[in-house]
Amino acid sequence: MSSQTSGAGDGAVVLSARRISKSFNGVQVLFSVDFDLRAGEIHALMGENGAGKSTLVKILSGFEQPTSGEITLDGHAVTLPPNGAAEALGIVIIHQEFNLAEHLTVTESLFLGREVTRFGVLDRKFMRAETRRVLDLLGSHVDENAMISSLSIADKQMVEIAKAISRDARVVFMDEPTAVLSREETNFLFKQVRKLRDQGTSFVFVSHKLDEVMELTDRVTVLRDGQWIKTSPTSILDGESIAQLMVGRELSKLYPAKREPNVDEEIVLSVDALSTGYVKDVTFNVRKGEILGFSGMIGSGRTELMEAIAGLRSRASGEVIIRGATVPSGDVHAANRQGLAYMTKDRKSKGLLLNSRMTANLTLQSLENHGKLGYLSPASEAQALERARRRFDIRVRDGNVVAGRMSGGNQQKLLLAKVMETEPEIIIIDEPTRGIDVGTKQQIYHFISALARDGRSIIVVSSEMPEVIGLCTRVAVMREGRIVGMLEGDEISEQEIMRYAAGLKKKAAA
Amino acid sequence: MDTSVNEETRDERRRNWRDIDLRAVAPFAALILLLILGALVNPNFIGLNNLANVATRSAFIAIIAIGATFVISSGDLDLSVGAMVAFVASLMILFMNSGVIADPALMLTAAVLFAVVAGSLCGLANGLITTVGRIEPFIATLGTMGIYRGLTTWLSQGGAITLKDPALQEIYRPAYFGSILGIPVPIVVILAVTCVAAFILYRTRYGRHVVAVGSNADVARYSGIPVNRVRTIAFVIQGLCVAIAVLLYVPRLGSTSATTGILWELQAITAVVVGGTALKGGAGRVWGTICGAFILELVGNIMLLSNFISEYLIGAIQGTIIIVAMLVQRSLVRKS
Repeated sequence: MSSQTSGAGDGAVVLSARRISKSFNGVQVLFSVDFDLRAGEIHALMGENGAGKSTLVKILSGFEQPTSGEITLDGHAVTLPPNGAAEALGIVIIHQEFNLAEHLTVTESLFLGREVTRFGVLDRKFMRAETRRVLDLLGSHVDENAMISSLSIADKQMVEIAKAISRDARVVFMDEPTAVLSREETNFLFKQVRKLRDQGTSFVFVSHKLDEVMELTDRVTVLRDGQWIKTSPTSILDGESIAQLMVGRELSKLYPAKREPNVDEEIVLSVDALSTGYVKDVTFNVRKGEILGFSGMIGSGRTELMEAIAGLRSRASGEVIIRGATVPSGDVHAANRQGLAYMTKDRKSKGLLLNSRMTANLTLQSLENHGKLGYLSPASEAQALERARRRFDIRVRDGNVVAGRMSGGNQQKLLLAKVMETEPEIIIIDEPTRGIDVGTKQQIYHFISALARDGRSIIVVSSEMPEVIGLCTRVAVMREGRIVGMLEGDEISEQEIMRYAAGLKKKAAA
Repeated sequence: MDTSVNEETRDERRRNWRDIDLRAVAPFAALILLLILGALVNPNFIGLNNLANVATRSAFIAIIAIGATFVISSGDLDLSVGAMVAFVASLMILFMNSGVIADPALMLTAAVLFAVVAGSLCGLANGLITTVGRIEPFIATLGTMGIYRGLTTWLSQGGAITLKDPALQEIYRPAYFGSILGIPVPIVVILAVTCVAAFILYRTRYGRHVVAVGSNADVARYSGIPVNRVRTIAFVIQGLCVAIAVLLYVPRLGSTSATTGILWELQAITAVVVGGTALKGGAGRVWGTICGAFILELVGNIMLLSNFISEYLIGAIQGTIIIVAMLVQRSLVRKS
């Protein structure tokens, strides 16, 4: 890579990564990535979900150690101390989920873990004054004596930043800082960030919001599939070209041939003006045998919507109708009986009993099928396991193994088998291939395709765009709790989805 | 070809041997060790009479602990069982003393039903406070423990409540002191309750739901299991078991007092933990629980026969046992 010398924030390099690679359990997620951060710049780190941004941030802030490569701080190679101890070096990370204890005051939060004492007693007066000074520096009106729990999300964000400054941060990582902020709050945050930048603090800004990246940052680095793609001054790019850089890859032969749905097929599921706390006014239909995709950024409300449809979450308003019959709100069992099943994306904490064997997991949702009057027939359950192992190719050497000891791929197949035991006509699959190897991915895609050919309707929710594009004949794109686009046929492309998901383009939901 | 198959089965067998859950075996191994220890201390110990005696006296705790196995497997805890015994027993004796039914046999039948209903309602109260009221089971049942104990003290005015009618006493006595086919009734009741409980826990939909809820309530909810109903029913089962224990307890002395059942919650929970049921839920072992209750009684028996530890220390010994059992459980988990 060539190092850039132009652009704003033309200071010396503060923190840099040289040929950083990282593997988790033998799966490589970063491939020899270079990154450098100059004094007094705001540097955007962009990439699709799973591109390796978070891993890079964790490595540069000491929360993970690289498998190979080196990190330099002020030109010297360093090993960053783990678990946030890098704060002592002036490297601070502001997490997506705030790290503030709700029952402390603002002052207590700022000095948490490094309380100032006089004669062994807390020097509250000094700490309060210091907190006030830092908050004033930021132009924030937050009361230093207020409880964290009483603050708005934007103010909490501000306290996090104050905390960073009070620790003399030179490098601040911000992971999706504006995800929960309103436009005004975002503007205020940006104003403070620019002010600090002009005083020499460096920021790494991780965000999916292209417009904000264009507005705020000085340089952009794009990662894709764990590889460094480009680093460039923001001024010479536009949203379109960044989106292009983030996705530009071809679909491989992972996916089975698509089968265009018959437009005359009956509508089996219709969701009408559904709203929950976050999801707003969502309306769509699914036809028999269709695979409908749901795309969007993390936090766009897809899972919340699906859980509301499946009865796992109560609905504020709107209806879910399966073949003309209304599905009651907040009743999983009723939705199951009406032929709708939801497969969670969180197989380890919501999908499988990790300490139980395969059989107990497989039949948990469909025990009615294995005996009368509440009695369970072991023979019938054993048959079900035998069938499921064959049908979904679950490969384990020992049939009595507990689910927690199976590979991720086999767990995912078992979870799919468990959901299919309820014999649903409509299956919502949330992140069908999270954390599994490519071979199993391909198998799961073929299972999904076969289920659709059987006449079942499938909704695939995925953050991996190629997956949605490779499998689905129609794709809904969600953003901030709403469906902002419904793509069909040739319209389904990564660039197009990205435009809707990032808010560059809007269209009434079809 | 043939040999490779053979090797595979041998491999399989070796693995199965290694896979035997130490937690399931440990309580029975401890029981055998205790029996050997007891035999060394006093030759009378290992006699059939003494052992039958020990088993009979373990009945109250064993039966209550069976109920506790359900509550603990579903991830909850019931501290009120000791107080509940005293309360239900008081109500039952007061009912029999009220003389609303003249015929002793009919009166006894009604009183048995009355106790069963009272126990179930006490359990239901615990369950509803925990699930509908969304209060930690530890706190909810600590509260009802105080309530049941306080009501008992009030009913008895601080003294004892005694069954007055000699005719009733006479026909009720065999429920504790009688035997069926030479086996003392309490032992028969233990076996019957355990068999039913094992069937429910291992062979029914409800039992599977209990384990699922205790092992991961989120997974249970995502699988369409009515989590709160499952938990509440476990508390009702606990109440029912307390009632059955009361049915055996009342004929033994024919009276109860404000101090009946003190520390029985400690013994019941200890029996469950010693039996290998995980205190964080998700793995119920009914037969292990019975084994645990028997171990507790045996320890008391050995102390009595040996004369080198004061029997007044029994509570301290039981407290030690539950702590040691937890330490053993944890180290077994770590190894696996």
